[in-house]
Amino acid sequence: MLRTLIAAILLTMTAGLAVAQQTDGVRVSDPWARATPGRAPNGAAYLTLVNPGVGADRLVAVSTPAAEKAEIHEVIMEKGVMQMRPAGPLTIDAGKTVVLKPGGYHLMLMGLKQPLKAGDTLPLTLTFEKAGVRQVAAPIGAAGAMGPAGGPTAGADPHAGHDMSQHKP
Amino acid sequence: MRKRRSRLQTSRRLLWIAAGAIIVVALVAGLERWISGIGPQPGAAQAIGGPFSLIDQEGRRVTDREFRGKWMLVYFGYTRCPDACPTTLNEVAGALEKLGPLADRLQPLFITVDPARDTAAELTSYTKAFDTRILGLTGSPAEIAQAATAYRITFARHEMPQVSDYAMDHTSVLTLLDASGRFVIRFGDQIGQDRLAEKLRAFLEKG
Ligand SMILES: [Cu+2]
Repeated sequence: MLRTLIAAILLTMTAGLAVAQQTDGVRVSDPWARATPGRAPNGAAYLTLVNPGVGADRLVAVSTPAAEKAEIHEVIMEKGVMQMRPAGPLTIDAGKTVVLKPGGYHLMLMGLKQPLKAGDTLPLTLTFEKAGVRQVAAPIGAAGAMGPAGGPTAGADPHAGHDMSQHKP
Repeated sequence: MRKRRSRLQTSRRLLWIAAGAIIVVALVAGLERWISGIGPQPGAAQAIGGPFSLIDQEGRRVTDREFRGKWMLVYFGYTRCPDACPTTLNEVAGALEKLGPLADRLQPLFITVDPARDTAAELTSYTKAFDTRILGLTGSPAEIAQAATAYRITFARHEMPQVSDYAMDHTSVLTLLDASGRFVIRFGDQIGQDRLAEKLRAFLEKG
């Protein structure tokens, strides 16, 4: 009896988790991180959040085994003065896309257990209010890279963006 | 009478045009200042830059005089900054590469605004990840404050109590000085390596 109950509970939990991961909630795409220069104990990771659903969702927590702590941060420029501030939870409105990129939002990785090396992969766990837990692997690009490693904007002009305009004559 | 009135109208119209032109010029100037947010005040361009005495990556004391004969490209930042500082140093490194031998006329400097944590050793490992030609400088809090003031860089410690850490707010610009140590121009930190290289080339080719 007890075993059946436990099995039932486990089954319900797994089913719930599966459902949470399959809902057409927020989609995570193009995760990437920057290699950390020297012994810098902090790093940054970036990604794109797409919300095709009908309701807003919020990214409430981030974690990685590579760092002691991860937070959502925002870089604010005020009269040429760079200010970095915690910016979580991050709301992704229905039908909207939020791009985390240099000069905007980043996932701040604090207390790295070892330097992030270009070519390696950084595992990230994202927790959303509605969409639940998502796990992604972020390829690590060069220190100061401006886009996903190997992508059109890796290390290139930040104004070029993802439209590949730099390839125009 | 009719002629006088028309002349009066003409001069009044001219006055309006002149007033309009002045307003447009003022707006454009204001807009330009507002966009860059960092533009030098008119007539005060020479006030940016000046003497400093700091410690280099090898722990040696250096002053601005040591770099005379080379153009200086100066950036203030700190090594725990994962976004703006690597972006800028990556732009500088990319520009150095694109400049080729012309880069020999340029001394890029990375001056920390977080001297409490950025020791000479810390700076060496940091700057060399971008380009070994970028020289990291630290100093006492007073020396850093003096250099920052000279370069019109503001910085402030911002506490992040939830992670028992702090970030440094700081002016994020690249300042170019000529081989005599005179202020030339400032670039925003999102200039991109291609445009930075292009602009630097134009200056460096002059001498
Ligand atoms: Cu941050």
